[in-house]
Amino acid sequence: MRKRNSIFEGIDWSVLLLYYLLVIIGFFSVLAAVYNPDTFSLSNLSHNYNKQMIFIIASTVIGLFILSLEGRLIEPLSFPIYLLTLGLLVAVLFLGVKISGARSWFQFGAFSLQPGEFAKLSASMMVAAILAGANRKNFNKKLFLAIVVIAIPALLILPQPDLGSAIVFSSFLFVFYREGLPLFYVLIFIALGVFFILALVIDPDILSVVLGGMGVFVAILLRRMRRVWLTIAAVTALLVLFIQSVDYAFYNLLEDRHRNRINIMLGKAHDPKGIGYNTHQSMIAIGSGGVWGKGFLQGTQTKYDFVPEQQTDFIFCTIGEEWGFVGSFLFISLYLLFIYRIFVLAERQKLAYARIFAYSVGSIIFFHFTVNIAMTIGLFPVIGIPLPFISSGGSSMLAFSMMIFILLRLDTYRQEIL
Amino acid sequence: MKRITVFVIFLIAVWMAFTVRLFHIQIVDNSWKLSAENNVIRTLKIYAPRGEIVDREGRVIVANQVAYDLMVIPMQVKEMDTAEFCRLFAISREFFEKQLEAARNYSRYKPSEFIRYIQAKDYAYLQEKLFLFPGFFFQRRTLRYYPYSSAANVLGFIGEVDESTVKNNPEYSRGDFIGVAGIEKSYERYLRGKHGVKRILVDVRGREKGPYKAGLFDSLAVPGSDLMATIDIELQMYGETLMRNKRGSIVAIEPSTGEILLLVTSPTYDPNLLVGRDRNINYRKLYNDSINKPLYDRALLAEYPPGSPFKILQALVALQEGSIQPSTTFTCGGGFRAGSLFVRCKCGTSYPLPLQVGIYKSCNNYFCNTYKRTIEKYPDAPTGVEIWSRHMKSFGLGTYFNNDLSTGRRGLVPDSTYYNRKFRTTRWKALNTISLGIGQGEMLVTPIQLANAAAAIANRGYFYTPHLVKRIDGKPITDPHYTQPKKTTVDSIHFETVIEGMFQVFEQGTARASRIPGIELCGKTGTAQNPHGQDHSIFMAFGPKNNPKIAIAIFVENGYWGSRWAAPIASLIIEKYLTGKVERKELERRMMEGSLQDEYDRQLIRIFGQKLLTTSGR
Ligand SMILES: [Zn+2]
Repeated sequence: MRKRNSIFEGIDWSVLLLYYLLVIIGFFSVLAAVYNPDTFSLSNLSHNYNKQMIFIIASTVIGLFILSLEGRLIEPLSFPIYLLTLGLLVAVLFLGVKISGARSWFQFGAFSLQPGEFAKLSASMMVAAILAGANRKNFNKKLFLAIVVIAIPALLILPQPDLGSAIVFSSFLFVFYREGLPLFYVLIFIALGVFFILALVIDPDILSVVLGGMGVFVAILLRRMRRVWLTIAAVTALLVLFIQSVDYAFYNLLEDRHRNRINIMLGKAHDPKGIGYNTHQSMIAIGSGGVWGKGFLQGTQTKYDFVPEQQTDFIFCTIGEEWGFVGSFLFISLYLLFIYRIFVLAERQKLAYARIFAYSVGSIIFFHFTVNIAMTIGLFPVIGIPLPFISSGGSSMLAFSMMIFILLRLDTYRQEIL
Repeated sequence: MKRITVFVIFLIAVWMAFTVRLFHIQIVDNSWKLSAENNVIRTLKIYAPRGEIVDREGRVIVANQVAYDLMVIPMQVKEMDTAEFCRLFAISREFFEKQLEAARNYSRYKPSEFIRYIQAKDYAYLQEKLFLFPGFFFQRRTLRYYPYSSAANVLGFIGEVDESTVKNNPEYSRGDFIGVAGIEKSYERYLRGKHGVKRILVDVRGREKGPYKAGLFDSLAVPGSDLMATIDIELQMYGETLMRNKRGSIVAIEPSTGEILLLVTSPTYDPNLLVGRDRNINYRKLYNDSINKPLYDRALLAEYPPGSPFKILQALVALQEGSIQPSTTFTCGGGFRAGSLFVRCKCGTSYPLPLQVGIYKSCNNYFCNTYKRTIEKYPDAPTGVEIWSRHMKSFGLGTYFNNDLSTGRRGLVPDSTYYNRKFRTTRWKALNTISLGIGQGEMLVTPIQLANAAAAIANRGYFYTPHLVKRIDGKPITDPHYTQPKKTTVDSIHFETVIEGMFQVFEQGTARASRIPGIELCGKTGTAQNPHGQDHSIFMAFGPKNNPKIAIAIFVENGYWGSRWAAPIASLIIEKYLTGKVERKELERRMMEGSLQDEYDRQLIRIFGQKLLTTSGR
């Protein structure tokens, strides 16, 4: 054990630099998304871009505080922080204010706090604390405990209702894989998750027919291997059954108001024909960017209210429209490089707690990034989750920034315990 | 394979998938490149027409009229002849600047309302000139229209949703209407319908170029459900006419269904005042009229001591409890006396009265004694009053109906808890509460509660919760709260004697002058004391006696006594409802022309004068 000379000693500058690049891109994207020359002002706090800047500064202050913490203090804090978050999640269901149909926020004057965003951070710490004590013998038991730890906040977020934020918790599956869960289970789960959402978004009967067709197609491809036909038939039948039961549950077990809320979240409520107006508009915005884009503040599609949620869930439209293919490509490359660096940091940790926490952070950001971008470019149905560091929103910014700074602190702590 | 390798594979897969996809939509596929400079999509909200309302005879009482909002998209506003614009739309330059500023502050790109509710007759002409003013366009919407200018309190009104409603209910957005009072409020979810969306392409000068993507993303508006109200609009208007220049209310109910036939409050207002451009000015006027209170629905909200009509219920409860028989007699000597306690009676008899005579002579002595016996049947007064109070509540008094009226009051039927708190002991006696015997004291009822009690008596022991809507989209309502009868705690055998007494009220009692030839009516007049001025005139009735079609309660504030205003007006309404016409023209004329305005003015001077005195006294 040796003493640090500065809180920045041994810090991973690449992650820190990429982090600040992203939040600055985020600030300018939010500014561009809501830009109105008549009301533009860098001091009026009712503008979302100014709020965003305040949250970047606040995140930096909190980050400096985290970096100055004793490294050994972080792991013991996991449980209290986790309990505190659960308390807030319960409280918000009763005391929270409703914004666009979901009771997810506490309101303090002009600012609002969304405890669901912090639940990802505290669940990461708690899962890391549990799995750090796992070995070959007790792995299944610890794994079960970790699943419970994830399920509780996810189930508390679901009734707000916020399906998107609840689904994010499935990104821990990657962490479990890293810690020893066979890849097979991960793939099965991903398949079920995708089919679950598809069953809600697409007509389940059409989906069933398509699945059946795919089953037949695979069977024909494998016509030499008659032995696996039965397996293919069984898997197809099970998937069809799964889709139909999701559909049944949705239309028969849920009450109307819940169904409406889910429909709104899936973007179906304002889109009676189910074609995806939101996605369509988002793709027009991105597509109209062309190779080089229209230039900063020159985009029209996003600002016209054609793209809903243009400053939160659909923020990538602004980047696509104003910076074109070149800018978008650079942006996703930069973002994925950032995630890659997080995984590299994770892999070099000596303490199991630090490794698992780092993998959790990387997986959650990766999940957010993939689902968010995929939905804006029409590769995935619309599920309302923000793009970390870019989307407008204080709670998300603070929570994700805290994840990064805790990760950086754990990484410097690694070098103290040589 | 190291496990991190799998993560890296995932990262690269996502990177490649996104790059290929972006390359496709941004470079290869030209169909996404909408020329945003030349073509702009304008999203129009297709307002769903609210459901219309007809009365029980199918006459349209709430209809829709078309109006247009002039909208503006500030970004598209170009150099233009502002003076000409202001002249065309008859607005001032300041108003123009103010509205444009407000619209810019809301959004440069989204449409804002510029001028509201332009009438259809002006629209055609203005529409032709509009091309001169890019950035402006018309949005069609529907406003309410009330062909009969009547029943404002029943129908209620609509208003624009406020910010917090929009925030918390995704189904509402800026500029939508929502029911604020009356049927408009309580049936909001049926009347509302669902807005549609239409997207059209327009060029830079705001000219429409046709539907966007051939209407692929458009949706049709779903009109709201039509309702059939239970009221009879002609009867309602007749009631409003009779109550002109008087304050008070009338409620009539069909006993066999609980359907409210009319619900009059006076003074009232023309519902068309709360429609269109002058809505807010008119609303403020009505709201601030603290003397006449036209927005205050006396039929539902005013609580009065019921007075003598309550004696009917008193008799029924006593019969059920066995504390009196129809033949039980009491001898009045100008009042009820017990020790130092004295309740005056003006029945003028000094011989033993049986129940029926007690009713039509309205003898205070008879019912004080009846009440005393009912309570004293039990070991102590709290127990007795508790049982008594439960009987009274079974007639729908002292409790909310929880029905489709958007407002209401509970009234008050005192029970033992109430008196224990009031007297600060449990050792009080029946005599302490004797004024309950004649419907005075703490008792309070609303006119609709009294009408409902009349219906329960007409039905000989049950009632249907009074309600205002009988069909939704042509289908009869099925809510058991309205279709299942609610039984009173008094058995039906006890009703005949009492009803016979009420019949005699018309034959030889206080309502003699209000008889309708050829129709057997039952009723009870009443007078309720009022600290601010003359007594209130009260009447409760139903008819015909053996096959009741209508039950009615009426309160005329400061109308002196029951037979002076309330009973004649009630009988005219019953006559009109049962026979379709009114033969007693002289009585009708007297009631319509009669005014209590002098009395109200005197009261005002008294109150105002008092205020002056108290202020100067300080
Ligand atoms: Zn008497």
